[in-house]
Amino acid sequence: MAALGKLRLDDVRMSFKTPSGAFAALAPVTLAIPQGRFVSLIGPSGCGKSTLFNIIAGLLEPTGGRVMIDGADATGTIGRVGYMLQKDLLLPWRTVLDNVILGMEIQGVPLRAARDRALPLLRRYGLGGFEHLYPSALSGGMRQRAALLRTLMFDTDVILLDEPFGALDAQTKLQMQEWLLQLWSDFGKTVIFVTHDVEEAIYLSDEVNVMATRPGRIVETIPVPIARPRPRSVTLTPDFIAIKERCLELLTAGHGTAVGEAA
Amino acid sequence: MTIQDTSRIGSVARDAARNDRPALSARARKIRRLPVQKDWPLWAIITTQLSILSGVIALWQVAADRGWIDGFFWSKPSAIYATLITFFTDGDAFIDIGFTFRSTIIGFLIGTAAGSMLGLSFWWSRNYAAIAQPFVICFESLPKLALAPLVILVFGMGLASKVAIATALTLVVSTLTTYAGVKAVDPDQERLFYSLGASRLQVFRKLIVPFCLPWIISVLRVNIGLALTGAIVGEFIASQHGLGRQILYAGQTYDIALVWVAVFVLSTLAVVMYVTVSWIESLLRKGVKQ
Repeated sequence: MAALGKLRLDDVRMSFKTPSGAFAALAPVTLAIPQGRFVSLIGPSGCGKSTLFNIIAGLLEPTGGRVMIDGADATGTIGRVGYMLQKDLLLPWRTVLDNVILGMEIQGVPLRAARDRALPLLRRYGLGGFEHLYPSALSGGMRQRAALLRTLMFDTDVILLDEPFGALDAQTKLQMQEWLLQLWSDFGKTVIFVTHDVEEAIYLSDEVNVMATRPGRIVETIPVPIARPRPRSVTLTPDFIAIKERCLELLTAGHGTAVGEAA
Repeated sequence: MTIQDTSRIGSVARDAARNDRPALSARARKIRRLPVQKDWPLWAIITTQLSILSGVIALWQVAADRGWIDGFFWSKPSAIYATLITFFTDGDAFIDIGFTFRSTIIGFLIGTAAGSMLGLSFWWSRNYAAIAQPFVICFESLPKLALAPLVILVFGMGLASKVAIATALTLVVSTLTTYAGVKAVDPDQERLFYSLGASRLQVFRKLIVPFCLPWIISVLRVNIGLALTGAIVGEFIASQHGLGRQILYAGQTYDIALVWVAVFVLSTLAVVMYVTVSWIESLLRKGVKQ
């Protein structure tokens, strides 16, 4: 059963009705992700990455197909995976600590127990001293950290990250990537990571799925057989560059207009 | 030919611009400094305010004494002062003040609370909100004071009718403002809650209500003024007590000094309530934001 994957998408399809007829947002997508994998999705805007995430998170009912988690049908059920959107969505009236425990609180964990569980993690993962501040007092990077910890503290095996570092400056982005890898190896979560940044995708992942538009679909799954931990300089090695070239080739193939967005 | 011409004109224009530049800046550009306003000290501001006030009162008194204005219609400060003293010593001053105060506060509380709850309730169902909206807007644009005679007939001459008018005026403002808050909730924020497996009730309690609180609070000051207006109009139409009734009665009996006294007391009441509500509002704001 484990070999079949932690998360499996069986022929997941999505079409929306528009005035000009049905619009296929997602052609059948099939994907199997084993426990503990770090998988990226890259693709041009409108390739259905966010639609796919919404379907996995149960926020959108697919037109067809099934979402399987641990071998059981989880289509259209919410609260099964951690989902982090590009915006941090921290509640301005809650302290960082109380924002981070939101998932546990919703799941019915008593406040005190949830706070006790979250405090050491906040301190260990770079938010020590910020616990009792309000989000407005935090920098963009710190806010993303809090949002990511909120997703992790929700305590699901699978987490979906939708361009979590898209709005950060280059310097902060590199720090956050290292920080994310640290968390991932500490928690052993299964991660699906959406990004526009090809280098980021390859650097972080075990496997990169390249998507295309009209209809949204996965055109190729490229394994990244580079040993971890990966030094920053790995981005300059021939293996890395070869993978990057392949990704860019797929992204630009037949999608001349998407080059700019993909790069 | 044309190309040559335009190029020559271009170069001539460029030369002209180059030659003109120093002359232009010397002639046309005025040297200005950033305007700076000097703030007066607080005592100077207050002294000026008091001087203006006493000046107006003194002028009024002199004008009435010398016959520049008709003392019968305008009354005069000395007569008003005397009436003020009798109003508080002999009359039912505190009964009237208490009556107006009570109907204002009760109407304010009921209208604000019910309006906020109504506004929040629209979050629960888009269909319900869509159905209710035209009715709410109708009720908002309706001049509610025009209904006051009807309200008096239904609720009687006592406190209840004044409370009802004050409630009607405040309810709609609270409803619409709170509903604006509900509509301003980021849909992504709701999606986050649902992705964490939240129930509708949890989203309502942990997201919608705290998010809308600043909206609800922001109408408190407006509402206290509206509630007072409602109470006074109710008293104008039919009442046995209240400052509004005093003003109407005094006007009908040509007791202009008493009109001024009642208006003065009413303004004081309004200012006291406004300041109190502003203070409560700032406390709530602090509690909500931080």
